[in-house]
Order: sequence, then C-alpha cells, then structure tokens
Amino acid sequence: MKKIINNFLQSYLIIFFLSFSFLVSSTVKATTPESKDPIKVVIMGYSGDNIIMQIYGELISKLGYNVEYTPADYIGQFAGLKSGDLHIGSPGWDTTAKDVMADAWGSGTVLNMGNIGISVFEDWWYPLYVKDKCPGLPNWEALLDAECAKSLSTAETSPNGRFLEGPIEWGGTGNLRIEALGLPLEVINAGSDAALGADIVAAVKRKEPIIAWTWQPYWLPAMYPGEFVAWPEYGDGCYDDASWGPNPDKTHDCGNPTGYMWKSAWSGGESIWPKAYDVWKKFTLDEKTMGDLVYKSDIDGTDTMDVAKDWIAENESIWGEWLK
Amino acid sequence: MQVLEIVKRNIFFFLSLILIFLLYLFSNSFLSWIIEFPDLFKIPIAKYITIFVKWLIEDADFGLFTFKQFTRAIGSLLDAPSLFLKGLLANGFKYEMDNSDILYIPPLSWMSVIFIFVTTAIWLKDYTLAFFIAISLLYVVFFDLWESTMTTFSSIIVAVIIGIIIGTLLGIISYKSKNINGILTPIFDFMQTMPVFAYLVPALMLFGYGPAAALIVTLIYAMPPMARITKNALDQVDNEVVELGKMVGCSTLQMLYRVLLPSIRPRMMLGVNQVIMLTLNMVIIASMIGAGGLGYDVWQSLKQLRIGQGFEAGIAITLVAIILDRLSQKIAEKRPVYRDKKTNFFQKNIYLISIFIFIIITWACGNWFSFFYDIPENLIVSSGRFWDGIIDYININYHGPIRLVRDFFYIYLLKPFKIFMISVPWFVVVLLVFTIGFRIQGLALGIKCSMLVLFIAMTGFWEKAMITVYLIGVCVLLANLIGIPIGIIASQNDRVHKVTQVIIDTFQTLPAFVYLIPVIMIFSVGDFSAMIAVVLYAIVPAIRYTDNGIRQIPKSYLDAAVSVGCTKFQILRRVQLPLSLPDIMLGVNQTLMMGLSMLVITALVGTRDLGQETLIALSKVDPGRGITAGICVAFIAIVVDRLINAWSQKRKKELSLMNNV
Repeated sequence: MKKIINNFLQSYLIIFFLSFSFLVSSTVKATTPESKDPIKVVIMGYSGDNIIMQIYGELISKLGYNVEYTPADYIGQFAGLKSGDLHIGSPGWDTTAKDVMADAWGSGTVLNMGNIGISVFEDWWYPLYVKDKCPGLPNWEALLDAECAKSLSTAETSPNGRFLEGPIEWGGTGNLRIEALGLPLEVINAGSDAALGADIVAAVKRKEPIIAWTWQPYWLPAMYPGEFVAWPEYGDGCYDDASWGPNPDKTHDCGNPTGYMWKSAWSGGESIWPKAYDVWKKFTLDEKTMGDLVYKSDIDGTDTMDVAKDWIAENESIWGEWLK
Repeated sequence: MQVLEIVKRNIFFFLSLILIFLLYLFSNSFLSWIIEFPDLFKIPIAKYITIFVKWLIEDADFGLFTFKQFTRAIGSLLDAPSLFLKGLLANGFKYEMDNSDILYIPPLSWMSVIFIFVTTAIWLKDYTLAFFIAISLLYVVFFDLWESTMTTFSSIIVAVIIGIIIGTLLGIISYKSKNINGILTPIFDFMQTMPVFAYLVPALMLFGYGPAAALIVTLIYAMPPMARITKNALDQVDNEVVELGKMVGCSTLQMLYRVLLPSIRPRMMLGVNQVIMLTLNMVIIASMIGAGGLGYDVWQSLKQLRIGQGFEAGIAITLVAIILDRLSQKIAEKRPVYRDKKTNFFQKNIYLISIFIFIIITWACGNWFSFFYDIPENLIVSSGRFWDGIIDYININYHGPIRLVRDFFYIYLLKPFKIFMISVPWFVVVLLVFTIGFRIQGLALGIKCSMLVLFIAMTGFWEKAMITVYLIGVCVLLANLIGIPIGIIASQNDRVHKVTQVIIDTFQTLPAFVYLIPVIMIFSVGDFSAMIAVVLYAIVPAIRYTDNGIRQIPKSYLDAAVSVGCTKFQILRRVQLPLSLPDIMLGVNQTLMMGLSMLVITALVGTRDLGQETLIALSKVDPGRGITAGICVAFIAIVVDRLINAWSQKRKKELSLMNNV
C-alpha cells in the first residue's frame, strides 16, 4: 500500500514539475516576438461567430502560430480575456454586450481591436403568416389591434398578446416600448438564446402566431420567412428624452438602435504575438460575405470549419493584405 | 373526536396559526413594513461580497505569493493529471524540438482504448459488461463523438477520483467529530444547493478559464453526497463490528481501514455512484467555462436547435456514466486472487501483456491504414433527422391537447400558487416558520429557521425567493407524488426494478439541456416547461431512495410478517413503509436538493426566480450578486431540510414509543 502511494506521489510530483517547467519556459519565451505558445481563440458555438474565429485562426496558423480553439460562453469569455486565460475574444455585439465590453475595455487588460465591419440588428420579428392575423404589419401600428393581440396571447398573458423577449440580462426594453406605444402586449422572457430559438421555431412549425426578439446575422431569420416590425426609427434622444417620438410623455417610443460587432483581445498578448494581433486588428468582413457564409453553414449544413477553409482558399486577395 | 383531541392538545399552535393567517389577511390595511421590508434595514450584502471577492483576487497577498497565484497553482496541480489523460486519449502530445520541429505523439487509437476497456471488464469476469462497453464505445466511434468523449472521459475520471477521496476523508472526519460535522453539514448544503452560476464568476477569476475551474466547480457540486453517505454509513456500523475490532487490538487507523471502511463498502459504493452521476451532470456547465468535450457538443447543437445531434452527444454522456459506474462497482467487488506460486510472469500478467501487444499492433497498422485512427467519413452515421422528426411530429400533431394540459396546469395550479406566494408578506413567513419550528422541536429551531428567512428578506431578493419557493415547491411535490409510488412498485417487483433503474440512471446523467429544448419546443417558454424539466430530474432520488430503502429491510422481518399471516399489502403498509420511512424522507430531502440545483436550468428557460438572479450576475460579472442569490437558495434549502428532519426524527421517536407500549 505504502509503495503504491509512494509511486503515485512520485509520478504526480514529476508531472507537476514538468508542467511547472512548462510554465517557466513559457514566461521566458514571452519576451521573444515569435512565440509558439498557443494562442487561445474563443469559439462560442454560434455558426457566424465560429466562422469568423476559425477564418482568423486558420490564417494565423498559416503564419506559424499555434492556435487553440477554446470553447467559452459569450458573456463569460470577458472574465477569461481579462485574466489572460483566453486571448482572442469572439465578437461582442453592441446590442447585447455593450456594458460588459465597456467594462472589459475599461479595465485595461482587454483591448478593443476595432469593429469587424458587420452591422448587427436586433428587434421584434414575426413569421410572414402573422400578417393574416395582424393586417398592416410590418407597420408597428398593426399591433395596437385587439384582435391581433388576441391571436398572440397565451394562458400566461391573456387577454394581452405575448411578446417573447430574450434573456433579461440582455437588457431588452420591450416593456418600456410596450408602455410608451400603448400596445396590448406583455413581455415574456426566454431564459437563454436556445430557449428563445426553440420557442420561435416550434411556433413557426405549427404556424402559430408569434412575435419575438431576433437578430441578424443569425440562422433563424435566414431559415424561416419573416420580417422585422417597422418602428419609428431610432434617433438620438429616443431612449432618454420623453418628448422625442410619437408619445410625448414616454421614452423608448422607437425601434432598437443598430450597432456593430467588436473585436476584443487580451492586452498582455500584444507583446507575445504582435503579428497575430496585427492581423486581428486588420480583420474585417462585409455583411454580404457574412450572410453567405452563415447560409452555407446553417442552411446547407456545412461544417463551420470547412466553410472557413473554403473562404480562405477562394479569397487570398482579401486576406493577403492582412498578413503583410 | 380525534380531530378535536389533536386541536385541544395543540391549542397554542393552532391559535398562533390563526393569528398569523389574520395578520396575512389584514396586513395590507395597516402596516406597510410587514409587506415591504423596510429599506432602512436592508443590508447591501451583495455589494460587500463583491468588494471582498475583488479584494481576494486583486489584492490579497501572503507575502511570498498572492492569493490568486496560490489558487492558480492549485489549479495547475489539479489540471496535470487530466491534461495527461487527455493527451493519452484524445489529443496526443506535442513536444517542440530544438530545431523548432514539433514531435507529435498521437493518442491511443480508438481500437486500443476499446480493447483496454473490454479487457478490463473481462479481467473483472463480467462478460455482459464487456459486451456493453464494446457496443457503447462503438456507438461513440460511429457517431463521430470519439474525441469529445475521450476529452470528457479524461476530465471526468480525475474529478470523480478526487471527489471520492476528499468525500471519504470528510465523511470520516465528520464521523469522528460531532463539532466538525456540525460545521460541515451546512457547508455541504450550501455546496449542493447553490446554483452553479452563483460561484462560477469567482471560480473563473481564481482558477482561470479552463479545465481547472471546471474541475473545482464540478467537485463543489458532486462531492458532498460521498461525504454524507460515508458519514451516515459509519454511523450505522454495528457496535459488534467495532467491538470485534477492539478485541483483536486494532489501532485507530487499522480500525478505519481494516474494519470500518470495508464493512460499509456496499453503502459507500452508492456514494461513488452519486459522485459519478453528479459529475457527469456538470459536464455541460463545465464546457461553458472551457472544459470542452461532449458538454460542448450538446450545448452547441442545442443552440442551433439540432436536437438530434444534442441527443446523440447526451446519450454518449450517459453511456460514459454507466460504464464508469459499473466498472467502479465491479472493481470494488473484486477480491484479491491467490495463485499458485508456480504461475509464471506471463500467466500472471496475461491481460496487461495482451493490451500492450494490441496497442503496438494498432499503432503499427495505424501507420499504414488510417482506419485504425480515424473512422472513414462514409461510415459515420447520424440519427439527427430522426429525433428532430419526432419532436416536430409531436409539436405539429399533438399541440392541441398538449396546450390544453399546459393551460390547465397553469391556470389552476401554477398561477394561483404563484400569486399567493408573492402576496405573503415577509413578516408573516418569518412568524410562520418560527411557529412551526417551535412546535416541532422548540425555541432553538424556531429562532434558527426564522433568522435565515429574515436574512433573505434583508438581501432584497424577497420576491424572487418566493417565486423560487413556489416553483420548486410545486416540482418537489409532484416529483414525490409520482416518484414514491414508482419506487414502491419497483421495490416489489424485480423486473420493474431493473427497468426503472435504467430509466432513472439515464435521467440523472442525461444532461437536462438535452430534454430542456424539446420540452420548450413542445410546451413553450414558461413555468410549465421549467416544471417538467425539474420534475424529470428531481424524481430520481424519490424513486431511488424509496426503492433502496424498502429493499434494504432485512428479510427476517418480512418472513416474520408472512408467518403471522400478513397479506402483501399489509406487509407493505405495516412493515416495509414504516421501516423505510427514514430512507424515504432522505429521498424527499434529496428531491428538494436536486430541485433547487435545477434552478440553473429553470433560469435558462426563463423563470423569474433566484436562478435567474445568478444568471444576471454572471452576465454582469458581479460575484456578490450571484453569491447572495445563491446563499438565499441555500437558506431556503436549509430551512426546509431542518424542519423536515426535525419532524421525521420526532415522528420516529413517537412511533418507537407507540411500538414499545
């Protein structure tokens, strides 16, 4: 028994010291510019974001960097970026992660690497057949109709209609908008993107009227025919100046502001992998390309990594510039 | 008559209940502080905790090293064995040579790994298990889940071993010392009931993004049952066994290793089983903080609503759990084999040698035929479309009746109960808990429990706490109403027992996420979906403990009952149920714990309970808010647990008194 424990301890100590020596060696290497230390690139499991990260990852692999794709959570990744456990962050969206990104960039340990060039849009979305119940859509005034609200109602919200919003921590303002515009609707929050998607898709499949929060680029509005509700367009002051917009007494009487996808990275990595960071700064994609890539992955069912590799194979003229 | 008698005996209790009820009815008309907890007395606990955690991470310093460096060192120490296994099974090893070439040692091929497992099962003389392992691992291979499965396997096995060791040690310590037990019990309650999201942020900050943090989080959740079961089992060791140990002159350590632990081995294996199941339960959450593997596969598929794929990966998780569980049970049963001295080296080590040879052969062949390493793509199968199809079929064709049931539950059970719970003023609850505690055991329990409730009111999470009580209360009630009868039936019939065993093992290890999304597709976002997910998970202990409790009753009691001419039903009512009551109550207790641990899941559905609060805290990276909400959940659990326990203790005493008369 004792012998076993001894052996175990010995091997354990050896492993420990080995890993420790790796640690030490890595800190020594950190000063040399061309480090082979793995760059941890976050992937979150959304096709669009995965493709972006995998294009980037494959490109810097071409430069000889050692890339490690690390699965992480959308919001949770910022804690990892702050501490240097993760290096290249998955794109953050103005519409859902504004505060978290501002906090991370403000901390000094996470760099804002610019925006990718893809504008993102999030708002109320409905499948086309809802127009039968609520004539006048996409104009928002169609939602004022009691019959329309009734067709959208569930046991929880009856007699009001249900508006299915994203998780509460995404900071949606649906209830303020409903109040400001006097809509006969009630907000129900889905607890996660997966729950939100599941509810919408199930409703669409059984042709049940639904109005819900969705965004673009995303597979859901690409896959099912539908439209976004047309609100009074967002303008400066809508969210903080009551007199702005159709309702002179309330704020939030308008649509959602649009925003961009932002690149983040751990600040400590810039001196370790300067070239890789430079590529990340230059990295941009346009919306049409993004839409096509997401379509290939979500509708055609191609693996995101293959989509990324195909794009790289066909577009050397674009990424050649970044690697210079 | 009897009712009158009871009322007479408890006149004060009933009077105070009536007073509390009156207070509830008329409170809104006179005292506002009874309804709304006065802001003046609210304590910003969340803020203090956030400040403390930030200090711990950023400034705490022991002189030689900071606290963060200390936890990181522990993290890398914990990481080492799972990293090694991961290299061996999933990723291979990369070494950088001097001339910047990379030396790559590939992982064991899938054939070798299957061979090793199957040989182990044959060595254990369990041929059914060997067959089961072969089939399950081939499933994993042909569904293209091999690498993920091996990644999960290597992190799981380390977590399980560490969990068992620490759990056993803590169990022994709390058996030895009553004081330590008093301290550890509430800590275990905390560990088991705090929603994981509550301590995810601090764990990430302290242990870094990756497998180490995932391991710590997993241990926090999965270890307590091991310690509890060890302690309970040690408590129940027959005095005669201990006496025997003393007589043959055992030292304290010998007593422990040679007498006590071996005598509780069967019960401890239940603990091992629980650690394995709970560890696998954390696989998804662990993947959210960088553990990867099957959890990531499930999570990613469900995000894109590829239910079939998620289900396939989920099944792989369950298979890993069952393999690990059965193997560990068999290894524990294995007795040392005494051989002839004449057997030579080869005969002794036949299994090891054959494994070694097999690895060499597959490795050699792997250089020629890639088949030995990677399954060709055209052999890979997927049942994804099939499962997606089933869900769609149910969703489209049976939505009418499903909606009817859901709305019925919602309108007549969930909604009224929810409105009622929210309407009860905090002061009334504090009084009520005090009265019940006082009635059951006395002043101490009453004060203790009501103080915990008061704390919840002080944090400002009162309404969310009440919604939590409402939701979990309904779920626990349903889980026990359905689960205990199933457990009773399973205890009476071996075939039913076997079937339920497989089903509950599946439900305990199949990540709730796998069935959460289909449930939402069928029942929509809302409390009802959350309820179904929680009940499916929390029903497991209700069945298991009832079944086990009844089965563990010594056969002599049953024989005695038969000999005095009891019918089967009488045996059940007069012998089996009363004798297994402590176990059943433990099961009720565990359904509560399991239900509360599912708050993470309910939050992902979209309920407005304390689970949601921890999720918000996670996205705002606010450790204090999450931990405070977590503490509230733990307090709810502790209050209910203490009241139930005290009541069942009292009841037991009364029963034995009655029996003596």
